[in-house]
Amino acid sequence: MSIVPIIKRDYISKLAEQGKRIDGRRFDEYRKIEIETNVVSKAEGSARVKIGNTQVLTGIKMDVGEPYSDSPESGVLTTAAELIPLASPDFEAGPPRENAIELARVVDRGVRESEVIELDKLCLEPGEKVWIVFIDIHILDYDGNLFDAASLASLAALSTTIVPAARLEVGEDYQLLLKEPPISCTSVKFDNFVVIDPSLDEEEIADARLTVATDKNGDIRAMQKGLNGSFTKEEIQKVIRVSLDNGREIKKQLSESTGK
Amino acid sequence: MELDIKLIDDNGKRLDGRSAEELRKIKIEAGVLHRADGSCYLEWGGNKVLAAVYGPREAIPRHTQNPLRAIVNARYNMAAFSVEDRKRPGPDRRSREISKVISEALEKIILTEQFPRSAIDVNIEVLDAEAGTRCAGLTAAGVALADAGIPMNDIPVACAAGKIAGQIVIDLGKEEDNFGDADLPVAISPRTDEILLLQMDGHLTVEEFNKALDLAIKGCHVASEIQKKAILDKYQSVKEAE
Repeated sequence: MSIVPIIKRDYISKLAEQGKRIDGRRFDEYRKIEIETNVVSKAEGSARVKIGNTQVLTGIKMDVGEPYSDSPESGVLTTAAELIPLASPDFEAGPPRENAIELARVVDRGVRESEVIELDKLCLEPGEKVWIVFIDIHILDYDGNLFDAASLASLAALSTTIVPAARLEVGEDYQLLLKEPPISCTSVKFDNFVVIDPSLDEEEIADARLTVATDKNGDIRAMQKGLNGSFTKEEIQKVIRVSLDNGREIKKQLSESTGK
Repeated sequence: MELDIKLIDDNGKRLDGRSAEELRKIKIEAGVLHRADGSCYLEWGGNKVLAAVYGPREAIPRHTQNPLRAIVNARYNMAAFSVEDRKRPGPDRRSREISKVISEALEKIILTEQFPRSAIDVNIEVLDAEAGTRCAGLTAAGVALADAGIPMNDIPVACAAGKIAGQIVIDLGKEEDNFGDADLPVAISPRTDEILLLQMDGHLTVEEFNKALDLAIKGCHVASEIQKKAILDKYQSVKEAE
């Protein structure tokens, strides 16, 4: 760890002992979220999500192609994330590295496993022609909590997606149908404090990270722990509780901004 | 493909209703990103471009350092979803070339000798593309550099002219670019009219070229005023807040 994070860590821990965070939030308080849809006209669906200063843009493109041989009757979903050097002084150009790959895979899993998109309905001719859905995640401004921002932007973009059937000459355009999406909330732990929606400073000093995706019934649909620290059982239960509360609010905001 | 659309109608209007010397609508906002040292969001017709500047900072790897001046790394990149058929992410030959000519244009205008051994990184992201992205990108980069406080001789600006249906027009749109006869992107230093970037493809006579160049430079000056206004707007509101 370099010098600056050590000093920062001291400062953030001291504040946390008094029950405070550097940006004045409560431990269980999310930053302000802004969701804007249909921001890119060339994309089939798109959304820009801001969580505090973090900004993520997701665009959806669709194409007709061949299915995988082990699932000839289902559409193909491909997710890619780019940590472009525009977003942070620490991001470098070039092929995606570990972080970008983990981010894309977590978002991909969230969309795939929750069956938000029903891939079996995206088949045109079994074994021959299916729809391919490309989710491309662009990080524009990096101030922490990319997991939540990226999955929220992807869900918002998907919910505004029009399948370009006319352009590809396979019928008429129609709205991509989605099922109720689960919402991801990420918390981090440093010392013995657990905070939700970490800002970059908090993320840099974090020992452990936990992402919990919850659905409208209050069930858990996915979890991912990261970093080399640990959580106690009580901490995990608390994280789940806080994620449920915030997830419900975020879901409401997502519905309002996408009109669904 | 047989051309069955008329690029210029009988009233001299173009497909989107513009006259020959009319630019598409330009909207510029300075300082839109939190982490970048300077940034700019620009809409030019259907183009949407973000530019972010980082630096001057130590140039790495070290062998790229120049002991006498800063190096300028412009990186032009198109989002996968910015075009009709999804573009494979990452640099291709086209974007590498554009990055190079933009870097060279910016190097001329930045006072690089003030920052030996450092790098100034200019990232240009095309989010939505509709012909003329390199001009839009360079214009956005000019504002982002000013927003980052990088010392420059001037704020660089770019605009294209071209030939469609036998006429010289300014700022080609999408169909005009696809079906037109020539395209001439130009970047200048608006204070001195020095030309920083010049490319051409297509077919022009010398006379037509001169006319197109004059028109492009005229367009640059229009865009330049919008650039200055965007920078003033940002710092005016900062000043008022104080």
